[in-house]
Amino acid sequence: MANIIAVVCASYGLAQSVCDGEDLAERFFRSDHTNNWAVLVCTSRFWFNYRHVANTLSVYRSVKRLGIPDSHIVLMLADDMACNHRNPKPATVFSHKNMELNVYGDDVEVDYRGYEVTVENFLRVLTGRLPPSTPRSKRLLSDDHSNILIYLTGHGGNGFLKFQDSEEISNVELADAFEQMWQKRRYNELLFIIDTCQGASMYERFYSPNLMALASSQVGEDSLSHQPDLAIGVHLMDRYTFYLLEFLEDIHPASQANMNDLFKVCPKSQCVSTPGHRTDLFQRDPGSVLITDFFGSVRKVEITMETINLTVPGIPLERFGGEPHTETALAYVDQLPVAQIIHQKPKQKDWHPPDGFILGLWTLILLVFFRTYGIKHLKHIF
Amino acid sequence: MTARHPRTPAPLLVIGQRFLTQLLIGQRPRRTGSLWPSFHSRWPRWKWVSFLFILPRRRRSPRPQSGMKVRPVLSDPEKQRGRSAAVAIAALVIAAGIPLWWKTTETYRAWLPAARIGELEALQLELRVEVEVVFARGTLSPEQQKKVPASRMREQTYESCCKSKSLCLVEADHALHTLTETSCGSVVIYIIPEASALLPQDMRVYVGRSRTALLRSQVASVVGAGLPEVLAALDPQMEQVLQTMSFNHQDVTAALTDRLRPGLSTRDSLADSMRAFKSSPGYEITFSLLNPDPKHHQLHWDVEAALDAYIYPLLHKMAPVANFSVDSQILYYAVLGVNPRYDASASAYTLSADSLAHVINPVEARLGSNAASSNPVLNFLLYVPDSLHSPLIIRNDQKQEVASNAFHSPRWGGIMVYNVDGAYGNDTQFPVDIAIDMSRVMGVFLSQLRLMLGFQQTGAPPGFVLEAAGREGVAEWELDRLLWSRSVENVATASASITSLAQLLDQIANIVINDNIAQQVASAVTALQAAVAELEAGNLALALEHSREAISASERAFFDPSLLHLLYFPDDQKFAIYIPLFLPMCVPILLSLLKIFREVQQHRAEKRAKRD
Repeated sequence: MANIIAVVCASYGLAQSVCDGEDLAERFFRSDHTNNWAVLVCTSRFWFNYRHVANTLSVYRSVKRLGIPDSHIVLMLADDMACNHRNPKPATVFSHKNMELNVYGDDVEVDYRGYEVTVENFLRVLTGRLPPSTPRSKRLLSDDHSNILIYLTGHGGNGFLKFQDSEEISNVELADAFEQMWQKRRYNELLFIIDTCQGASMYERFYSPNLMALASSQVGEDSLSHQPDLAIGVHLMDRYTFYLLEFLEDIHPASQANMNDLFKVCPKSQCVSTPGHRTDLFQRDPGSVLITDFFGSVRKVEITMETINLTVPGIPLERFGGEPHTETALAYVDQLPVAQIIHQKPKQKDWHPPDGFILGLWTLILLVFFRTYGIKHLKHIF
Repeated sequence: MTARHPRTPAPLLVIGQRFLTQLLIGQRPRRTGSLWPSFHSRWPRWKWVSFLFILPRRRRSPRPQSGMKVRPVLSDPEKQRGRSAAVAIAALVIAAGIPLWWKTTETYRAWLPAARIGELEALQLELRVEVEVVFARGTLSPEQQKKVPASRMREQTYESCCKSKSLCLVEADHALHTLTETSCGSVVIYIIPEASALLPQDMRVYVGRSRTALLRSQVASVVGAGLPEVLAALDPQMEQVLQTMSFNHQDVTAALTDRLRPGLSTRDSLADSMRAFKSSPGYEITFSLLNPDPKHHQLHWDVEAALDAYIYPLLHKMAPVANFSVDSQILYYAVLGVNPRYDASASAYTLSADSLAHVINPVEARLGSNAASSNPVLNFLLYVPDSLHSPLIIRNDQKQEVASNAFHSPRWGGIMVYNVDGAYGNDTQFPVDIAIDMSRVMGVFLSQLRLMLGFQQTGAPPGFVLEAAGREGVAEWELDRLLWSRSVENVATASASITSLAQLLDQIANIVINDNIAQQVASAVTALQAAVAELEAGNLALALEHSREAISASERAFFDPSLLHLLYFPDDQKFAIYIPLFLPMCVPILLSLLKIFREVQQHRAEKRAKRD
């Protein structure tokens, strides 16, 4: 009996090691992306749209936690909630009532902020048509093996998404932008998530390959917010993103959860609206797509087998210790003129003749005076 | 006088009238100092009100009587004048107004060479490799020698006292290299007799560092042979040599992956295409030294000299392909994101292969990059483990130690772990000064750099000996291989960009096409056609130059910031803008034209009736 068990265990062990070897090779080719990018956009301003900023920051936080570095994330926030003067807890953005989770953290890099979040800038980021002076952190430098996650949140309607309360982007424009990205092979696969009212209308018009889309509500439905916090005074998160965040908190970089789990996030009982998804343009089966293919950044790694033998004596290199280092002591330049700050003398301002407003004001006063009391008083002046 | 509806009561007029009549009649005493008539007069208030309805009021227009339309009665010359005025205005609007409006609301679209762009879509590439076949003495029998026209006869005896076979080969290769000058992209194959002792027994082909190959073959046995038959006999072997040295089907399909359906490329070529960077005008290479433990290790690396000695020669050779900018940095207190496990059997800390994938991300957040350029970045990291976790070795998935102790990630770069625990004992005074052996480090980085840049590590076919590149970094035929695939890739990408740009500009009629875009497109098309012509002629260096020009011009044209089409105007928005402007103007003109037309018709009908 023991022998049989031993034999069974041995064969199982052998099979396992073979499977491991195959697994690694399979994993290399299961998805053909080598880097991950994320474009996270919050499109609404004003204090009562706190929840949209909190939505975006919670997705940002998950994506960073799962490995995508800041250099590969383009974060666009249309308004500043953390340092808003109506925020009772400055420098924080909470996602859960009773202030449980601060999604702002202390390591946030916002690339487009405030009024820079416009439809034009968003489309420029996607299509790559930025002016040459744009710094690297504001560009989407993806290539043909990049998986991109695009997350939009804000106020939307049937076929459009409102930016900053003054302009809108339509679903046709978005579909055309994605097509231009495909023409230049700026993505390998793209996951599009939108959390707005009637969000499903935004992905209706897509026609480029390798796109997968999720929305928080169907056409004709409103996407609702989760819960208000009585201390802060506004609604903190939207329902769909709240349950999405809860789902993502359970994902770690080595997790094997796939897209079918993501489609089940926030059913109608929790969300009140019906989340929708679209996978017909996607080439792989959603069940074989890992969450970390888009939300994380799991690098493919190969061991370096070959090396070049350079130790043939050729050009002798300078070894350390051969020459004495005479380094001059370096010191910082005086950063603050402390002496000036502490012992301040009032600065001598040059006298300027009165101009503009003051001149006009005095002229008016004089005119009124002479009008009321008569021009004959002028003789006292002149 | 403001226009008023005739029925509104006009209290001001009433009061004015009352005031005036009283003044004239002079009946009532008036209080001084008041501007208004006193209301405490003899008529009660209600009577004042009644005057409002009794007094006649001026009418501006005659009261229309029921059932009759008021029409100004015009005489015939007036009618004629009216008609000609209406016709003149209509003519002016149509002849001058509409073309003026059309012209001023036109978007400026510079002319694009649409016909030539259309040709690009059906581009056929022909790649020609110049091959020179040199027969060594003893390969051809005397009759063959007579029949084969000798284009060049070289009498060169090579005397050698060969101690070791490999050195012999290298010397022979070097000597042969000096015989002929090979241009970029061409191949010289030397046919040596079957019995030659130059190559080891089981090897048939030797490929040297320059563009020469030694092929051992039996040619003399081909019967009744002239030049074509001799070459035909050599064909399969020569093709194999050429496929190794220049390009083969997989290389070309890998370079064209953009334009091909997925699934056509094999796994190996897919791995190669994923590993190497796509063609780009420039690359940035960053060498970083990670020192997590500065308290114990004080590391010194002479990276500038090492770069000068080992890396820059390779980069200079790659100058026709792209621009490179190299920088280096030292990061302190930078840790790997993974905890290594201690293995008692090897008395070392180990990193297994599947944990390597999670090493890169935490480190990447600390690595900077040049904010000004958008070129792809290659990172090469040298990690010296801290004294608590030394030595650190990497194990592959068969749990074996890796000789190089390094790994790389496709399209990102490489990381090497350098153990320094052997350099000091337990009782040294910390921090210890350690000089890093840059030749060992650069050996690893150089091989990783070669992989990243696109020099594939495809194995040699059986019977082949491929000379390793050694200190030069890259052999000339390897560079040629890269140049072939890069030229093809550049041509494919540039033509794809141009055709999709032309399609985009066609579809959206509202986009403004500036002159500079048209110029870039034209120059890209010209350069593309030149590149294709050079590829057909076999001039690889020129072809690469033209293809680089083409791709940079096409990228600049495609990604020009002015081509943003935020100009999706749905039709109903266009109507909403134009109708309030044009409708009030056009409707009277149209109606008057209609009226004139109807009158003319009526007139004609009357005339016809009169005639009959």
